Amino acid sequence: MKITTGDKKSEGMARRQFLQYAGTGTALFAAALIASCSKDNSKQNIYNDHVDLGTGDVAILNYAYALEQLEAAFYTQVVASPYTSISAYEKSVLTDIRDHEVSHREFFKTALAGIAIPKLTIDFSSINFADRTSVLAAAKSFEDLGVSAYNGAGYMIKDASYLAVASKIASVEARHASLIRNLIAVGSFADNTVIDTNGLDIAQSPQQVIPVVNTFISVKKILAPAFGIY
Amino acid sequence: MNLFGIIEEIKEVDAEFEDRISPRRAAIKNITSFGSKVAMATLPFAFSALLKKAYSQNTTPVNDVLNFALTLEYLEAYFYNQGLAQANLIPVAHKSYITTIAGHENAHVAFLKNILGNAAIASPKFDLTAKGIFGDVLTNYNTYLLVAEIFEDTGVRAYKGQMGNLLGNQVVLTAALQIHSVEGRHASAIRYLRASRGANIKPWISGSSTVFNDTGVIVSNASYANENNTVQNGIDITTLNAVNGTTSITAAIEAFDEPLDKATVLNILVPFIAS
Repeated sequence: MKITTGDKKSEGMARRQFLQYAGTGTALFAAALIASCSKDNSKQNIYNDHVDLGTGDVAILNYAYALEQLEAAFYTQVVASPYTSISAYEKSVLTDIRDHEVSHREFFKTALAGIAIPKLTIDFSSINFADRTSVLAAAKSFEDLGVSAYNGAGYMIKDASYLAVASKIASVEARHASLIRNLIAVGSFADNTVIDTNGLDIAQSPQQVIPVVNTFISVKKILAPAFGIY
Repeated sequence: MNLFGIIEEIKEVDAEFEDRISPRRAAIKNITSFGSKVAMATLPFAFSALLKKAYSQNTTPVNDVLNFALTLEYLEAYFYNQGLAQANLIPVAHKSYITTIAGHENAHVAFLKNILGNAAIASPKFDLTAKGIFGDVLTNYNTYLLVAEIFEDTGVRAYKGQMGNLLGNQVVLTAALQIHSVEGRHASAIRYLRASRGANIKPWISGSSTVFNDTGVIVSNASYANENNTVQNGIDITTLNAVNGTTSITAAIEAFDEPLDKATVLNILVPFIAS
């Protein structure tokens, strides 16, 4: 198949590969995802008592989808029931972040199509949505967790176009983390609880991140045999 | 010199050559028609620049990526160190922010130099005024913050543009991602500081169908080119569900930062390199 790129600027192989899917709809995108990975990926993700992320790049994308489901649900609730004495600025930036996270969630859902994990049942009973301190502390932990998850999983991605989109999202999560931290404590946007002496942000493996995500999931928790999480 | 003969020859050894340059076919056409009007001696030079562009993104060795990153970090470290060295530039309330960022940039320089060892390039000499474009950068704090914002946003995009060259490299890709997100935190914080001083700017890069550079500062246009892209991996984000209706173009722009390729970043840096 000859691909015409029109007036789009190519950014090399990765870009060209996914341009094959551009304009042909998301069903093809998902079909290509299935084809690009092992046959195990076509297995159902839904089991009686847990959600399985799958294997290969699908597992990474479902992993990101799970994180974005968590973040989107959190900010949706924050904006729907704002904490006491929320400022106009805080309401504005938290609404922006909600919209970003929802678009991330919907992106992964659409990209994964038939091989996406189902909607997770999320339990935020540990968070007091009426209290600014509780909400911002949760926001901070979700954002730092998200940044560390993208940083830690990037090298496992096999397809350059998925790596590209993951990094496009990762820096936006970093922007969120920075802002939330500054709302909590002036100048704490990148303090030494997240940045090491080499100036590197935290990177965490799925084995470290998924158990944290699971503390906010009720009913069917995430299992990921591909990451050694049973 | 027969340009098309050369292309045919390259295609024999590199079947993908035509694909590599396909987005630039128009450019080749321009070169040939251009060539008919000027001395043929200029052609080889133009062609080699084209080749360099066609190959640079996919064949860059890891050390080239690291030295490219080091160049950016040298500039950022120098910028923050110089800022902190000015007696009356940075307001007391902002000093901790700038000190934190300076610490990271200096750490990035040391980290990259350590990885590269003897292969590390030396620091260029810098002109923070960019040959006068930002003439008062070290005396006017608003200008200083604007340049900081441009550097941080460009830095995020520069690292993002190199990720594909590090695909699957656990150590270097992970480190690049870890620096990339720190630059993202910096960019957000600098934007937050600018907003606190009255600039109409968000912590994330915003825009509209017609606005790709949310700083409104035209000389920084190259740093923000294509930031208002709303199509990701073939999916138009504005068609996706939002809390109410479908995703706004603003959210679609803000939710994804865009990469820049190496050549574009180096062009952005040119005015900041002292001649």
